[in-house]
Amino acid sequence: MTVLERIVATDEPLLKVDGLTKRYGSRIGCADVSFDLYPGEVLGIVGESGSGKSTLLSCLAGHQRPDLGRIAYDGRDVLAMSETDRRRLSRTDWAYVHQNPRDGLRMGVSAGGNVGERLMAVGARHYGEIRGKASDWLGRVEISCDRIDDRPSAFSGGMQQRLQIARNLVTSPRLVFMDEPTGGLDVSVQARLLDLLRGLVRDLGLSVIIVTHDLAVVRLLAHRLMVMKSGRVVEQGLTDQVLDDPQHAYTQLLVSSVLQV
Amino acid sequence: MTDQAYNFAYLDEQTKRMIRRAILKGIAVPGYQVPFASREMPMPYGWGTGGVQVMAACLVPEDRLKVIDQGADDTTNAVSIRKFFARTAGVAVTEHTTEATVIQTRHRIPETPLKPGQILVYQVPIPEPLRFLEPRETETRKMHELEEYGLMHVKLYEDIARHGQIATSYAYPVKVESRYVMDPSPIPKFDNPKLSGNPAIQLFGAGREQRIYAVPPWTEVVSLDFDDHSFHASKAPHDCDLCGSSHSYLDEVITDDQGGRMFVCSDTDFCEGRRARGMKGRLWAPEPEAAE
Repeated sequence: MTVLERIVATDEPLLKVDGLTKRYGSRIGCADVSFDLYPGEVLGIVGESGSGKSTLLSCLAGHQRPDLGRIAYDGRDVLAMSETDRRRLSRTDWAYVHQNPRDGLRMGVSAGGNVGERLMAVGARHYGEIRGKASDWLGRVEISCDRIDDRPSAFSGGMQQRLQIARNLVTSPRLVFMDEPTGGLDVSVQARLLDLLRGLVRDLGLSVIIVTHDLAVVRLLAHRLMVMKSGRVVEQGLTDQVLDDPQHAYTQLLVSSVLQV
Repeated sequence: MTDQAYNFAYLDEQTKRMIRRAILKGIAVPGYQVPFASREMPMPYGWGTGGVQVMAACLVPEDRLKVIDQGADDTTNAVSIRKFFARTAGVAVTEHTTEATVIQTRHRIPETPLKPGQILVYQVPIPEPLRFLEPRETETRKMHELEEYGLMHVKLYEDIARHGQIATSYAYPVKVESRYVMDPSPIPKFDNPKLSGNPAIQLFGAGREQRIYAVPPWTEVVSLDFDDHSFHASKAPHDCDLCGSSHSYLDEVITDDQGGRMFVCSDTDFCEGRRARGMKGRLWAPEPEAAE
């Protein structure tokens, strides 16, 4: 069965989120967010700064604990899981790509070590195999194999971001969280990275939740789109539908704010 | 003030009770770092304040004490600590591993195999094996709690990637009873196999870092490695130039500025014992008896 057939064969959502709420004191981080994410689906979350995108993502990824609501991954209640299980999940089945690659990489460890870390964390103990997999993944993110022993500090920003992606995908996760993966990169590097991501998502059948304020990124990558404002979801639907025919006043503002070259 | 003005073994009884509780907990959970309220000692940090406190808590008047520093009985650190306990506790001292009941060590395990009933106390500078990879204490504790030790192998991976082999030659990380990863203190990795299945009680004290941990007798201690790059207890490929031993850990001694050097056992008691039994190395020349 190919990845696509496997995805089509299942109609169970991979991630079910229901009524998720996170407050910071009396302020709202995000409120009453519900959605389903199916295998192989890419969900974009857009909104201005402070709209609760990142709060929502960190609640989903288990970095913060939401105050209310339920998260079910593959039928299992994530919030009721023990910390051991949740951390195991987050280094095998899940991946998290940070906006700043320095947050997601070990800067003092070589590129090969960075990619190999997740393998070693799940019990790989054969140096040759770890190295083989690391160099395979460096190739897939277009980093030449002779850089395997260089530290990420010797890499350009775009290469660091690609290295971070390789490091996250090496254990074949099913669900990837991305926090503005193209932020801080210049447009030509951005375009290559998006191209790479699109290929990986399609080939590996990944489910992705991608947070960004760049509408071009979601237009290229996301199947579905959620628009957030002041911690609440104001509109959601198919990406093209939301972007081409925005219904909510804020979405209309957002779409019309994009600069045309 | 006389030496008797101090309590037996310098520390007061309540402090010793507190340290003994930490030691017992450490023995109950092999390899686990037990926090304890480390005291100021009349010596600087880095001189073995942790080992000295553990020692003070273990000593009884009938004990016979041996202190070694890098294997030697006659270097500053060893001499000072031995004198310290000879004065404050009045216990007997010895240089012979076989006669000692308590041995304080800095960076070596004696070559002579230890016996049941002996206690080996290590001085530890940094007890956390994950420290240089993960600077946050909260995070390293969590990693110990959840047995997330992949990071330790990242360090060994880096060694092989950079040097072609595991270049860590001291403080080589070990796993105790298939559970806790432990820093064996800066002993050479040559000594690592002696940690495992040792009949003596092994106690580790880190004064500045305020941690005590232990390896009880007959505990399994495994050095971490890769399937295709296995652990190797290395030493200098020479024989001792004084006693001719081919299986002891050696120090390299520069003898002149013409490239002259000799290799001698780092364990002085072991080396002297062999020479007393008539074994000779390449450069051994007994000093002539002083003229009567």
